[in-house]
Formats: sequence, structure tokens, C-alpha cells
Amino acid sequence: MDIKFTGPEPTSAERLAVDAVLGPPESAWAGGKRNMDLEGRISLLGGSKARSFRDRLLPAFHAVKERFGWIPPGAFHYICKRLTVPPAEAYGVATFYHLFSMEHRKPTEVHVCEDIACRIKGSGELFNALVNAHACSTEIGIRKSPCLGLCERAPAALILKSGEQPTGGAIGCATPGNVQDALTTNSFPDQQQNWLTHSVPQLGQPQLRLLARVGHTLPQSISGYQATGGFEGLTNAIAIGPLAIINEVIASGLMGRGGAAFPTGKKWEAVAHASGPTKYVVCNADESEPGTFKDRVLLEGDPLAVIEGMAIAGIASGATKGYIYIRGEYPLSVNRVQNAIDASLASGWLGSNIQGSGHTFHIEIRKGAGAYICGEETALFNSIEGKRGEPRNKPPYPVHVGLFGKPTLINNVETLANIPWILRLGGAEYAGIGTGNSKGQKLFCVSGHVANPGVFETPFGITLKQLIALAGGTPSGAPIKAILLGGAAGTFVGPDQMDVPLTFEGTRAIGASLGSGVVMVFDETTDLGDILVRIAAFFRDESCGQCVPCRVGAIRQEELMQRLRVGQPKGSAGQEVSLLGEIAQVMRDASICGLGHTASGAIQSALRIFGTRTMQKPVPEVKP
Amino acid sequence: MSDSSYWFQPPPRPSLIPMRPQTPISPPVEVSIDGEKVSVPAGSTILDACKKIGRDTPTICYHDTLEPVNVCRVCVVEVEGSRILVPSCSRKVEPEMVIQTASDRVRHSRKMVLEFLQSSVDLSTAPQILDQARRYQTNPARYGDPSPPAIQNERDHHHAGHHEIPSGEMAQTVAQPPKVDNNLYVRDYAKCLLCYKCVEACGTDAQNTFAIAVAGRGFDGRISTEYNKPLPDSACVYCGNCIAVCPTGALSFKSEFDMRQAGTWDESLQTQTDTICSYCGVGCTLTLHVQENKIVKVTSPFEQEITEGNLCIKGRFGYSHVQNIEE
Repeated sequence: MDIKFTGPEPTSAERLAVDAVLGPPESAWAGGKRNMDLEGRISLLGGSKARSFRDRLLPAFHAVKERFGWIPPGAFHYICKRLTVPPAEAYGVATFYHLFSMEHRKPTEVHVCEDIACRIKGSGELFNALVNAHACSTEIGIRKSPCLGLCERAPAALILKSGEQPTGGAIGCATPGNVQDALTTNSFPDQQQNWLTHSVPQLGQPQLRLLARVGHTLPQSISGYQATGGFEGLTNAIAIGPLAIINEVIASGLMGRGGAAFPTGKKWEAVAHASGPTKYVVCNADESEPGTFKDRVLLEGDPLAVIEGMAIAGIASGATKGYIYIRGEYPLSVNRVQNAIDASLASGWLGSNIQGSGHTFHIEIRKGAGAYICGEETALFNSIEGKRGEPRNKPPYPVHVGLFGKPTLINNVETLANIPWILRLGGAEYAGIGTGNSKGQKLFCVSGHVANPGVFETPFGITLKQLIALAGGTPSGAPIKAILLGGAAGTFVGPDQMDVPLTFEGTRAIGASLGSGVVMVFDETTDLGDILVRIAAFFRDESCGQCVPCRVGAIRQEELMQRLRVGQPKGSAGQEVSLLGEIAQVMRDASICGLGHTASGAIQSALRIFGTRTMQKPVPEVKP
Repeated sequence: MSDSSYWFQPPPRPSLIPMRPQTPISPPVEVSIDGEKVSVPAGSTILDACKKIGRDTPTICYHDTLEPVNVCRVCVVEVEGSRILVPSCSRKVEPEMVIQTASDRVRHSRKMVLEFLQSSVDLSTAPQILDQARRYQTNPARYGDPSPPAIQNERDHHHAGHHEIPSGEMAQTVAQPPKVDNNLYVRDYAKCLLCYKCVEACGTDAQNTFAIAVAGRGFDGRISTEYNKPLPDSACVYCGNCIAVCPTGALSFKSEFDMRQAGTWDESLQTQTDTICSYCGVGCTLTLHVQENKIVKVTSPFEQEITEGNLCIKGRFGYSHVQNIEE
């Protein structure tokens, strides 16, 4: 590959930052000094080997971003040279992710969540207050961010400090005061306490399975994990072998917990039967659906369960390498999972020859860089491969052609956390929990206007009303106006649907979907129009732009919602609604991936239930 | 010289003229298109099958010489058993597939895609797409008047994940001034509908130069060099193979661009003459587009087996000496 490098040479600091993650350059080809003794007039590195490092692109960008706060041209070109990536392509990759900036940025950035749950808890005011407080700062920049996954402690902020010692962390129940404290003291409350008491209202209750260790066991403690049944599933898995593992998972009736509800056992079987010596296991921890935070709680509270699940998946499918793709907005999760991986390696529960069984399984963490679309499985593969996070056309499906073109088993965090439990209990017994098609226990992310927001774990079969009651109902006792099921890509339901059982089949029967388990409650004071406009803006921001229906459809949908919001429809409101329906249909029918297919669902359902009048700003009541 | 591992050894001279290896004949697959049975070789796409029975299927991002990227979604068809419509340009036929190409859903999607493009992109030099739009009876005016164009390079600074909330009164477009930074060709991205063809032609599908790529995200997506550098500072080698595949005239010869600006471009006055490029021994076919006894642009037929319409800077742009015009 003949690549032209046109940029400035890296400064020594830039070179150091890149070398810290990629290691020193091997040869002159990769931007190092030419070693005449070794290399002579030929290149030691070139051809396909030189191009095989492409998947290090995002880690390298992350390293530079963490050092400088943005990606300076010198560092950028040095990375391209090191990895044999054409600069134009690398630029296309970097500009795809919103945590990377190609223009100078202040070294510290505070990202304030502007998504649904934070919006109704005053994130707008928080943003304005922070902007005013730091208006003249050359050090601190304030930016709006899509959902940060802290909906149970809204409003949320995320501080990312670059520099020689980069730090960062999330702040729940953020106020200008506690954000300022974190900025000055460099300490983040979440990192100090291991116990996640705010996130799990049911803490300590005996019926918890997936959340049993959260808040009780240190997340990276192997002994604590084993004392509570940890690694028993993996031990059983090693004893019974791949075929029997898959049979147990099929017998359990486990369905994927990421939103699509695909039968997990079937997926595992397909990967195990796929041809080829190299296969991968991928854990999808790019939890970005507004309103979803269960995966974060699992990764922070019980990362070893996810690791154990991945190792079992590896043995079942014949993969020896696993990736866990964690969104860039979860620095604490990255930290805790890395510690847990290190601890597992040290104690022989990961690595080559796991517990003397002859099985090998390694796990590598990959960090996202701000892109909702990377939660789509094929976009996630592209992101790991160092490409733009654009979804691929299916078929072929990941079980045949996945990561690096190899058969790949990809599951959500919660799905994988169920695996050790299934292997411990036995598939048949697991299938005894839950309802007809929805087996096991489910994590629900309850947020919005409830007294005790958080992750709730219950067997499938609980109704919406029971779940909201479990979360303490609305804090003021005010009547409920609407509930959003499944997040921004989900559906609104009205208070008349409170008796729906929260199962895959129950929600489907009323035309909704369980999605990732989001239950966001809005009381009657909520300005639903504001939320719908935000959902439209969210999809306009997060559409990858690859296919026309979604790229232009999302922007036309947002414009139309704005017109309804300000009460200036083109023609009548009825005409606008029918146009919105046409836009929704082409996005649903002709988009490449699930983002386009679901981008209009919440808006359509809300307008169906509440009509276009809900779009307008509520007029404050004038008291005589 | 004696160390053979160091030096390239040319292969022995072939005794026969090199030819493309023959493609093995695939077993036929029978599918049904709008009720009509059609048999095509395995590995064909639905589009191939549609073409075989003359079922007209609009395409924009598809090109015979490029790998299908299936992003424009104008070629979608309905396949029985599939929840969503499938792109006919890339989906391979499977035995017993039942395909609808004229159902309401298909017509609606095609109409909306064309309407979306009309409402956001300048298609004035893409008569074929406008033709399709007329056939599918689009009405782009219902999204409002187009918003005013961005200033030069403004769109290149849009950051992913952040946008100004629109008023909704006007339809946002990709309108912006053309990028004129060299004497050979112009990039008028107000006409770009992001079909990815130029990126493919610049990359592994033809030229392997990688001077341009898709940058940004969503509606802020754009074709860009690294850091939006002008072409002369980029890796561009001016082969012009991107111009050859551009479906909208977003990429055009500077000569064509200037004449269009001056209002003197008139295709009815133009003749096309095929000749062989004399710069090297490859022997590419050149099609000279001549207006008023002056070469105004050079293309190469895509059917040409050896080069598939690709040229180099000399073949495509090196014609000024013929005309002996004093600059």
C-alpha cells in the first residue's frame, strides 16, 4: 500500500503518547529510525502484516485524546504511519466518534447528559449553570451529551480530564456544586464506593440472582466471587464439554437481553457449527440506549460474572479470544472489568489452560468513543476493527461472518451474566423460572418519576404496575401520564396499559417491545413534547448516515417535530402526522439496521396515544 | 546481485496472451419475480435477476465495476419472509425466493428515498435520478423550502453528535459552495448524495490511493481528505476515476464546471470519439467529448475489459497539447 503522509511530524510528547499504547516502532516503515543492519534496503514490515494493525486505531486515538484532549495532526499522522492506515480513512474514522475531536479542545471536559431521564430532572439548568461558571475558563469545557447511563441518579455528568495523568468519572445527582468539587479534588464518588447502593434499591434481598453480588462482593475479588458460587458454572462447563453446554443453554430458553430477544442457545449452536478454526466471542457492553443502565451496574458490581459467561461461551463455541466492547462513557466499568480480567488471569480462570482443562480463553477490552450506533452488532465489529461504526448489511449474519470476517458469538452483558447461573443450576431448572416464552429473571431499568429509581431484578411475569409499585410509585403520588418501554428506540404506553406483563410476549401483544428493559415513568406534569423533540434530535445525532432513509429521514423527522412543537405545521397538523407516518415507514422498511427501523417508534406511539396537542409547550395556568 | 532473496525475479515470459481465468459455470437458481419465474446462475444478485427479465430497477449507489455498498436503498425489493425490504444490488438469490418489485411498500420506499435526496441534494446535473423521481411522483416541496447554503468549509467542521436544533421551517440541505482547489477537477459537494462510489474508486476497488474517505456522521457525513486538506496537499493522484463513477456531477472536470458556470455547456453540440491513449503501452480506450472542436472532457468506457473505465492522470487530463491553446 502506497500511502502519502502529508502531515507534520509528531512532537516528542505526541510520539510518547502513541508509543505508550502501540509500543516503540519496529521499523522505519512504522515511523521509527531505519536500522541499516537489520532492514537494509528492504522493509521488514510491509504488505498485509503492516495492514493488520488497523484494529489498534481506536486505542491509539484514545491514548492521544486522553493525553491532549483532542487529536493533534502530528500525533494523527504518526498513528497512521505506525498502523499503515491511509490518513483520509483514519480521519473518517476519528470524525465518526463524538468523543474524538480533530480541533483543539480544552483539556478537561464536562459532559452533561441531555437525554430523557436527566432532562426531566433539570439537566438543562445544570448545563447552563456550568456554562456560566466556566465561561472564561481555558481549562474546562462544558458539552452536552447523549444518555450517560446514570438515569437512576439523574441529572448526570461525566468529567474527562486529559493530561499526563488522565482521570475521569461520572457524577450522579449532579449539581454545579458537586461537579465543581470533583473538578477541584479529582475524586469521583462512584470510584470510592464499591457498593452501588444508589443503583440497586433491592440490595440484599434474597431473590436476587444476577444482582446478588452487586454491593456485597468486591468486584475484582476472586475469593469473594467463589464464596458466592462464582466459577461453579465454568467448572461445570469444563466438565460437560461444548455440546452439553449448548444443550443446557438451549434448554434454559434464555433469550438475548440486548433488545432483539434472539434465542441465545440457537446463536451459540450456530457459531459452534460454523466452519473455520478462528472464532470470536464478543460481549456487547456499548450500552447507549437512553434509559438503560443495567449493564453498567453489572460491569461495575459483578464483572466476574460477565467474564465467566464469556469464558463459558468461548468453550462452547470453540473461540479462544473474546472482546468486550465497553462504551467510552463508562470509565469506571472499563477499570473494574480490567481489574477483574487481571485477577482471573492471575488465578487461572482465564488465559491458556484454564484450571488445567486445556481450554484457552483470553479477553481484551475495547473502548467505544461515543457512538450509539456501535451497539448494533455489526457496527460494533467495524469499530473493533478500527473502522467507522457503520452497520453491515445482513445477511451474512455474525454467526457466519462476524468480527474480522470470522464466525462470532456476540451477546449482551446481561445475557452473558445469566450464563454462569444457567450452568450452575441446569438449563431445565432455569427454564422453570418466568413465563411461557420469557425464561429466567430480568433486569429492569426503572427511572423517571419514581420514588426509588434503579435496576430491579424480578422473574419474568411481573406487570408494569407491580414494577412501578416496587420502585415506590411516583414520588409526589401524582398520576402517571405515560411510560416509555424499551428506551428511545422503544414505545410509549399510556397508564391504561399498567397491567401488561413485562415479558417478551406480553409487550408484543400490546404492540410494544421490552427492548433492553427500560421502564421510564412520566407523571402528569411532564412536558412530553420536549421529550419527543429530544428523541428526534437524538436519532438525528446518532444516525451513522450511511443509508439515505435513516440519514435524511431522521433530519426530516426532527424538523417536523420542531414544527409541531412551535405550533407551526405545514398545512394542517393532520397532514404533518401523515407525512411523519410516511417518513417512519421508509425508515422502518428500507434502512440498513435497527437504528433506522426503530427511530420513529417512540414518536409514532406517543402521537397515537396523546395526539399532536401533546407536542406544544404546556401553558402555565393563570390563577384569577 | 547474487543474493536472490533481495532482488525481484521476473516471472518467465508467458507463451500465451494472458487472459482472465474463466469463471466456473454456477448451477442455476430459480426465483420468482412478481410472479414470473426466472433462472439465474447461483451467486447472482436479485438485481441481476431483475435485469434478466427486463424488470426496471432504479439504482444510484450501484455500479457494475464497484463492490455494492447498498447505501442508497433505492433498489429495494420485497422478499417473502423478510421483515424489511432488501437491497437488490447486493442480496444474492436463493432458491425459491419470492420477490416483489412493484408492491406498495417497495414503491413507497423508492419514492421516499428519491424525495429525500431531492429535498437535501442539488440534483440539477443528475438527469437520470430526476427522471426516476418523476416516475415515482415525488413531492420534495412538502418538506419546505431549502435552507440557505452553508459557507465554505462550514460543513467540514460539524462535530458528530452535536447539531443546532433546526426551526423546522426550512428543509436542511447539504448546499455549500464548490471546492475549486486545482485546475483539473472540481468537488461540488452540494451535489453529493454520499453514494460512496468515489471513495471506493479511490480505494481498493480501483486506484488504491485512499485520498478521500467518508468523514463525519449522520447528516453531517461528507467526503473529505484528512483534516479537509485541499486536494493538491492530499494523496490525490488526479486519476479522475472518482469523476467517472460520480452519479450526480458533484465531481466534474474543471473544464465542464467552468463551461456550465459560463452557460456554454451544451451536450447536444457534443460528439464522442473513441481513441486509444498513446501515453503508454496499456492501451486504454479514451472517449473524447468534443464541443465546438474542443475536447471538453475525457472518459473511458466501463465495458472496456482491461481497465473497466479507469484511466490515469495523463489519459484523463493530458489533452491540452492537442488543442494547442495558449494559457
